[in-house]
Amino acid sequence: MSFVSFRATFSRHDLVYIGILAALLFAILPLFLDIFRLNLVGKYLTYAFVALGLVLCWGYGGILSLGQGVFFGLGGYAMAMFLKLEASDPESTKIQSTPGIPDFMDWNQITELPWFWEPFYSLPFALLAIIIVPTLFAYIIGVAMFKRRVGGVYFAIITQAIASILTILIIGQQGYTGGVNGITDLRTLLGWDIRTDSAKYILYYLCCFLLLVCLVLAKLITKSKLGRLLVAMRDSEDRVRFSGYDVANFKIFVFCVGAAFAAIGGAMFTLQVGFMSPSFVGIVPSIEMVIFCAVGGRFSIYGAIYGTLVVNWAKTTFSESFPELWLFAMGALFIGVTMSFPRGLAGLYSSYVEPFILNRWKQLKSKQNLKVSAEQARV
Amino acid sequence: MFSDYTSAELVSIFAMQGFAGLILFSVFVLMALGLAIIFGQMGVINMAHGEFMILGAYITYLLSSFFENNLPSLFSIYFFLAMILAFIVTAALGALVEWGMVRHLYRRPLDTLLATWGLSLILQQVYRSVFGAREVGVTLPDWMMGSIPLTDLVEIPFNGVFVMILTFVIAVSVYFLMFKSRFGGQVRAVVQNRPMAGAVGINTQKVDRITFAIGCGIAGIAGSAFTMIGSTGPTSGQLYIVDTFLVVVFGGAASLLGTIASAFTISQAQSTMEFFLSGSMAKVLTLLVVVGILMIRPQGLFALKIRR
Repeated sequence: MSFVSFRATFSRHDLVYIGILAALLFAILPLFLDIFRLNLVGKYLTYAFVALGLVLCWGYGGILSLGQGVFFGLGGYAMAMFLKLEASDPESTKIQSTPGIPDFMDWNQITELPWFWEPFYSLPFALLAIIIVPTLFAYIIGVAMFKRRVGGVYFAIITQAIASILTILIIGQQGYTGGVNGITDLRTLLGWDIRTDSAKYILYYLCCFLLLVCLVLAKLITKSKLGRLLVAMRDSEDRVRFSGYDVANFKIFVFCVGAAFAAIGGAMFTLQVGFMSPSFVGIVPSIEMVIFCAVGGRFSIYGAIYGTLVVNWAKTTFSESFPELWLFAMGALFIGVTMSFPRGLAGLYSSYVEPFILNRWKQLKSKQNLKVSAEQARV
Repeated sequence: MFSDYTSAELVSIFAMQGFAGLILFSVFVLMALGLAIIFGQMGVINMAHGEFMILGAYITYLLSSFFENNLPSLFSIYFFLAMILAFIVTAALGALVEWGMVRHLYRRPLDTLLATWGLSLILQQVYRSVFGAREVGVTLPDWMMGSIPLTDLVEIPFNGVFVMILTFVIAVSVYFLMFKSRFGGQVRAVVQNRPMAGAVGINTQKVDRITFAIGCGIAGIAGSAFTMIGSTGPTSGQLYIVDTFLVVVFGGAASLLGTIASAFTISQAQSTMEFFLSGSMAKVLTLLVVVGILMIRPQGLFALKIRR
């Protein structure tokens, strides 16, 4: 990328925002939080990947997917399958009736590793699968829906139904998927123990790094011609179509990007939390991920990350002290954000905080200028 | 999978599963009717519809224990009273929600979806605080217990028959309300062309509010009927909401006939397959087929031609 287009993509504001975010994630949080809390933040950040994808799909593209948990789950399960196979080598599973297969399969009287588990012995395949399987799935859904001009509410309902189908399938096929408990008891990644504190630090930093990469990618997309087309489509789809663009392709692309982000988040979730279960796939988690994005501001890629952190932090705090109040707060959040603050935290920031900061900045500058000119006058 | 059974057994299996499917069908129709009216009329997705249904179920439960303890002589007819009360309360709550929330979001249908989801979370927690997290069941009056033995293998329970009759009555009254009454004419006029309907003097806001209230009220009756065949918990409504949406979308929004036809197809497919496969696989297959068909034919089974 040449320097000119770099400056066109990242204004000075963007660089400041990215800098603040990076400082917060890489320095401030690790300095002030113990490893348990930091691991929790890392878990929240994996949801931020999903929220980032939702900003692109929903805020920019106008496509509300209520099934992002599907992609989060597919990515997470792909990672978990690899880790589980590594954890269940014949040595450590010799008390089972069939050693060498994951423990839940043994409990369900399965004596042979199913064919779709076989390739997950290899890490490169697993890493590829994390990205490709969910993206391909999103592509199929996208082609089927957008080419036929299904959108809006219908799309939301159908993605929700897909989330529901996948959950029922995972829970029903206990022997192949671990059922309602999910895939648990994951220990090592290529012999490296992921449960130690040092591993947790490394994984946290890896997660932050990947999040920033995704954020920069998202920024590139929104600032490119594609991003402008998305906004144009959201506001008036027919006009874009009449101008000669194939609207469906852009929608499919952005939906696939959202799915790939969610899948990376899912894989990082598995690595940091140490298990994956259908409770992160279904309708309820999927729609919760939408509220992370809505609270942060559906039009702001920075807002999505802060929104995710704030909502999850509130959720943890509330559920620790007043578990029964949390659902009320969550419900109120849904209603309040959609009715009163459709632009979320980012909207509040840009209408109240930013003008204030800019004003102070100008005042400071003019004071400095005054000082300088006064000094010059004295000289 | 059919080879393990004799033909007589197969017939009775299909009859029994078909009947179980009919009961599921009745619940689907009752829930989907309300949803279809609201969705077809206003393009609004009411995610709290399941919770409105559960409200009706809890009202029935309250009334049943009230009659059991205080008016045992009238216990045999409490159910009719419960249905009427369930309708009134849920319709009133529906009107309130329309006035306070949905009214402001007509231009943003996706936001209605999120806001009503928030409402459903709040209602769930209210139910949990008031009625407890455990599922509750009602005591059925004596005349609803028992069953009619048709052959040695086929038995038809009374409560199922009652729910079906109830569904039929409500579907017919909705038909008359929508297609034979003055109000129904206004509703259809607003669906077809909102600005013109307003121009000829129909108070479209009022029509919206009443429609929303009636849709919710029907959900209340659905909940009332639901208590006769299953127990009620704070999250029971959520279990049905996706299925019901699929029923409505599959049938073609705004088409009542389509809704009934698709409820019939989905419920029969599910309950027939349930006998041969596991329950979860039957559901997965049914939903997959429905989603697949919707991808091929997004407008649903019966599409209404509307100028947009």
